[in-house]
Amino acid sequence: MAKSLGPVKRKFSPWTDPQAVPFIRFENITKKFGNFTAVNNLTLDIYEREFFSLLGPSGCGKTTLMRMLAGFEEPTEGRILLQGQDIRGVPPYRRPTNMMFQSYALFPHMTVEKNIAFGLQQDNMPKGEIEARVQEMLKLVKLEEFARRKPNQLSGGQRQRVALARSLAKRPKVLLLDEPLGALDKKLREETQFELMDLQHTLGLTFLIVTHDQEEAMTVSDRIAVMDKGIIMQVATPAEIYEAPNSRYVADFIGDINILEGSITDTASALGAPGTVKIESDGLSIAVDQECQAVKGDKVAFAIRPEKVRISPDAPADLSANCFYGEVWDIGYLGDFSLFIVRSEDGRLMRAAQANISRLVDRPITFGDMVWLTWSRDAGLVLTR
Amino acid sequence: MKSSRFDVTVLTLGFAFLYIPIIILIVYSFNASRLVTVWGGFSLHWYTAMWSNQGLMDAAWVTARVGVLSATLGTILGTLAALSLTRFTRFPGRMLFSGMIYAPLVMPEVITGLSMLLLFVALNVDRGFWTVTIAHTTFTMCYVAIVVQSRLLTFDRSLEEAALDLGCPPVKTFFKITLPLIFPAVIAGWMLAFTLSLDDLVIASFNTGPGATTLPIKIYSQVRLGVTPEINAICTILIALVTVGVICASLSTKRAEVKRIRDEHLAVRGAT
Repeated sequence: MAKSLGPVKRKFSPWTDPQAVPFIRFENITKKFGNFTAVNNLTLDIYEREFFSLLGPSGCGKTTLMRMLAGFEEPTEGRILLQGQDIRGVPPYRRPTNMMFQSYALFPHMTVEKNIAFGLQQDNMPKGEIEARVQEMLKLVKLEEFARRKPNQLSGGQRQRVALARSLAKRPKVLLLDEPLGALDKKLREETQFELMDLQHTLGLTFLIVTHDQEEAMTVSDRIAVMDKGIIMQVATPAEIYEAPNSRYVADFIGDINILEGSITDTASALGAPGTVKIESDGLSIAVDQECQAVKGDKVAFAIRPEKVRISPDAPADLSANCFYGEVWDIGYLGDFSLFIVRSEDGRLMRAAQANISRLVDRPITFGDMVWLTWSRDAGLVLTR
Repeated sequence: MKSSRFDVTVLTLGFAFLYIPIIILIVYSFNASRLVTVWGGFSLHWYTAMWSNQGLMDAAWVTARVGVLSATLGTILGTLAALSLTRFTRFPGRMLFSGMIYAPLVMPEVITGLSMLLLFVALNVDRGFWTVTIAHTTFTMCYVAIVVQSRLLTFDRSLEEAALDLGCPPVKTFFKITLPLIFPAVIAGWMLAFTLSLDDLVIASFNTGPGATTLPIKIYSQVRLGVTPEINAICTILIALVTVGVICASLSTKRAEVKRIRDEHLAVRGAT
């Protein structure tokens, strides 16, 4: 499929600019359903033209938050500002937001064109303009020859495109996407992710996407909010979320990670270099280059991604810290990567990933081998939460 | 699997039990003899006689009008009841209300008929066409409510939300999205209500008055004076109507099914 190349992508980070005015602001939002608190005193700013993801497990409140913006739910407490305007009490049919539903919610008794035209007809747009806009939308999602079909005559991917075209037809200020790609297979999903990004960039709209698929959130978003039990755990760019999670929850939720519980034995100056922490975790000593609020004796966790752990049959030169000795317990061959699960004498497991950079089928390291896992002092991080 | 002789016998007896009375009725409607139980040769005499029987024709006309009117009213009320029962899931007295909508289904018709009669007497309403229609509306609306409710339970609410989201106000959404989609169930409910009204004897006879004799009442009162083959003829026509209705309904369902399967094949082809 040919990609339309939009304007050149530039670095985009309004959230770092203290002067920037948020486009959407959730202010101390609480939403209760009976005794259940779906969203708990949550505050969040989203900026214009941002591609923003709400990420979390099911039941974390992300969909409720989106539905409050669309107007299907009213917050129990707090307020939602859209371009500085409080939108409490504005019914969904008068909000400048449009939503792409998880089930697509295409009207089964209408053709593709009629589905796309539906929203425009509600605005009493002249007929000619509606037709032109529908054609434009069909072209945008490459479904021109399917205009006269009914939704049940389309494949899953095509339905998804119709749903997207329908929600974009009115040029909403904010497009809300509720698990938009959940029903597609992996390959189509990846393709569509990039198309979504292009579209968002070309049209210059603000996208808010709800997903439980962390890979999807990482790929498409400018920023991600990781949610758990109605609160936001961290809001940051995909790279920050991945490389600098602020808590055990976020670290564990995004990607694969080794988490070793331990306590701080030494900080900074004692080790000679500023911003260094030393941790003892059941006999394993770990040194990390990191500015850290924690003090000696604090219970913390050391977290490190498997791809940042080196695996070798040879002992490292420096055995004082950051090395883990054990037996290869399991190997997961993922094609591009192999994941080694190494078990120490006392039964602890640690994972190391290695890129498969040659086509050798017989790996030099195999089951039962005794290996050393090592990592540099800037590879992992200390989590206090 | 081979069907055993036992299976065949059971099936034959079962169908015989169901259909022999009806077959006898149909056969004797073509009887030339005046005596219902004696075969006197083939004739269409009773069908022509039936047309010129003014009493019978009047009754048929009353029944048709009561049926259409009460089925339509019952369908509107029943659909509204189904909507409120499925949509407002947490209003006070919901359990009571939903229980009450089912009650007329199991209530003996005699009781329904009698209670309606008592109501009309208390209100001092002259009994006739309208009282029968109201009584039929009351007892058919719960059937409609149940048919429509079962459709609404599987109705994807996000369709309505999508319409609202696209700027369509709630009432318009109902007529543009909800109603067209539940329409087959509404029509099925209407047909059911019409059929129930058509063949109701008990409730109608409690609430009828002069000039509003329905066909079942007419047939019943004629039979008490002795069965005439005319009755057989009109019953045969009723059976034919019902049969054609059932066949049409099942054919259209079948066609929709075939179309759906074809559409899905088309989708698979379109996807590649």
